[in-house]
Amino acid sequence: MEQLPCGVSKSTYAQDMAVIHTHTQWGLLGILFAFLCVLPFFLDSLWLGIVIHISIVLIAVLGLHILTGLCGQISLGQAAFLGVGAYVSTLLSAKLQFPLPISIICAAIFTGFFGIIFGLPALRVKGFYLAMSTLAAQFIIIYLFIHLPFAGGSRGLFVPIPQFLESKINLYFIIMGMAVLMTAFAKNISRTKAGRIFVAIRDNDLAAEVIGIRLSYYKLLAFFICSVYAGIAGALYSLYIGHINYEHFTLMDSIWYLGMLVVGGLGSTSGAVFGAIFISFLSKGTSLLAAQMPILSPQLASTTGIIVFGLILILFLIFEPRGLSHRWEIFKKFYRIWPFSY
Amino acid sequence: MTLFLQFAIAGITMGVVYSLIALGFVLIYKSSKILNFAQGEFVLVGGYVGLFFITQLGLPIWLGVILLIATSGLLGFAIEKLTIRPLVGQPILSIIIMTLGLSLLISGTVVGITGADIGTYPEFIPTAPIHIGGAVFSQVYAWCFGIAVILVALSTYFFLHTRYGLYMRATAESHEVAQSVGIKVENTFTLAWIIASAIGGIGGFLLGIIMGVSGDLTQFGLKVFPVVLLGGLESIPGAIIGGMVIGVLENVAAGYLDPLVGGGVTEVFPYIIMVIILIFKPYGLFGLTRIERI
Repeated sequence: MEQLPCGVSKSTYAQDMAVIHTHTQWGLLGILFAFLCVLPFFLDSLWLGIVIHISIVLIAVLGLHILTGLCGQISLGQAAFLGVGAYVSTLLSAKLQFPLPISIICAAIFTGFFGIIFGLPALRVKGFYLAMSTLAAQFIIIYLFIHLPFAGGSRGLFVPIPQFLESKINLYFIIMGMAVLMTAFAKNISRTKAGRIFVAIRDNDLAAEVIGIRLSYYKLLAFFICSVYAGIAGALYSLYIGHINYEHFTLMDSIWYLGMLVVGGLGSTSGAVFGAIFISFLSKGTSLLAAQMPILSPQLASTTGIIVFGLILILFLIFEPRGLSHRWEIFKKFYRIWPFSY
Repeated sequence: MTLFLQFAIAGITMGVVYSLIALGFVLIYKSSKILNFAQGEFVLVGGYVGLFFITQLGLPIWLGVILLIATSGLLGFAIEKLTIRPLVGQPILSIIIMTLGLSLLISGTVVGITGADIGTYPEFIPTAPIHIGGAVFSQVYAWCFGIAVILVALSTYFFLHTRYGLYMRATAESHEVAQSVGIKVENTFTLAWIIASAIGGIGGFLLGIIMGVSGDLTQFGLKVFPVVLLGGLESIPGAIIGGMVIGVLENVAAGYLDPLVGGGVTEVFPYIIMVIILIFKPYGLFGLTRIERI
């Protein structure tokens, strides 16, 4: 159970369910928002790009958090669904001249329904089998990107970027705004009826069915929400990168997203946030460091990021399977009762 | 018809290698219910270790192969002891992600060290082509087919007629029962990983002979999944038949469809089959249907 600061007492259910309990927490949240608002003005172009990328990754990981963390269905195809979002939004705005917001929304909805197709096996099978279905999705979707006549083949597509978003700072505000919105949305999903049902399905799907939950509907709903997140992340990613091709959406990326979720801590929104930030910085950091180390041969330097990521995943699973968010809870507990821990 | 035969023969050869790799996967799944996403990395390691011993050190083939099996076995042993054992009793998701992490770690290391350079083994197989009913194919296929068939037969013998094979089947049946009759279940797990890794290594060696060693070998680890799903996860005959069927279907489909859609069918066709299997017959041809009670 979450430990609250001393002296917080609650008298209504609404108070108990609130995400933010105290004035201090409101203050901290305000400071965080202020920080995010002024951040782009202090970063150079490289780091601004990294922060934008992390926000996009965060949206993708949040989608996975709802599907895997809350509902317990494994997906190995998140990156491919990102790709679907990116391609659909690019095609809509390039070929059909849709305005950007509308093409993003269409891309999100399309990706949502596309995700449902590969979620269909979830109606009959679970666990490992589902991982297989999403793995197949990953390969089939990448194949479609390369071979569909209008998807530009292996060269990919150029993304028409509106004038307004040419400046990275504007792009930052749009994408960071979306990331914050999606985080709030993900946090709130876990408090709704659907969110509780997801958790019930994760913990024991048979028991959930027995108490009258429509398993098939809610599993597909989780797939839908996850894919909508992926679609939005993909559409934003296409704006950030400017030129999309299949290489941005490989199985490796899907594994990265899953790994971020695990390192952050499955089943908590803060875990998804921690994981996305921690692993992104880690991978950037190691690749920057490795490039500067003359001992490493160039090819070893190029794979150091992957090796470190694999190692981190393994170490986290062995030593801290509940992830960074669990550590964070322990830390909060510590400082809230400090110095009178008894 | 000749064309079909040509595709089918190439497909059967690939299929036997798939069967071999899938055998390792099924072995681990049967004994410990662990899904090994790192099977392709065993293949990769096998290919490059063989390359190191045979091409670089210039050892004779037989010695190189023995060393390759030993190295692969050791890798499997280390993986089981260090990473899989601590996860006993954890949910399936953790174990899947653990093997994914392992696969990243291993493939990253191998690619980092070797640069994923394409390597070939010295030619020790006669190059004269073989003719069967109008179809022409290189003798390498016949040899690989032979080796793979022998290995599959050997493993079948191991399961059915040796003491450790019996232990393994007992462990697969029920951990508690196996323990109660004095089988060391933990050692059986370790053995399963050693064998799976060694078999994967040999698979890598064979694929290396057929198509050269490169970073692409890891793909074959993922193609194991359509194979085992078709055959049924727990079934060794299923893995063998599944491997053949997927190999033939993939090659025949690629042969006829590639010119129409512009290539790449081999990479995607097994997965299309996999989705169809998952929707219509998720437990495969010989798998155990899961019946759940509360």
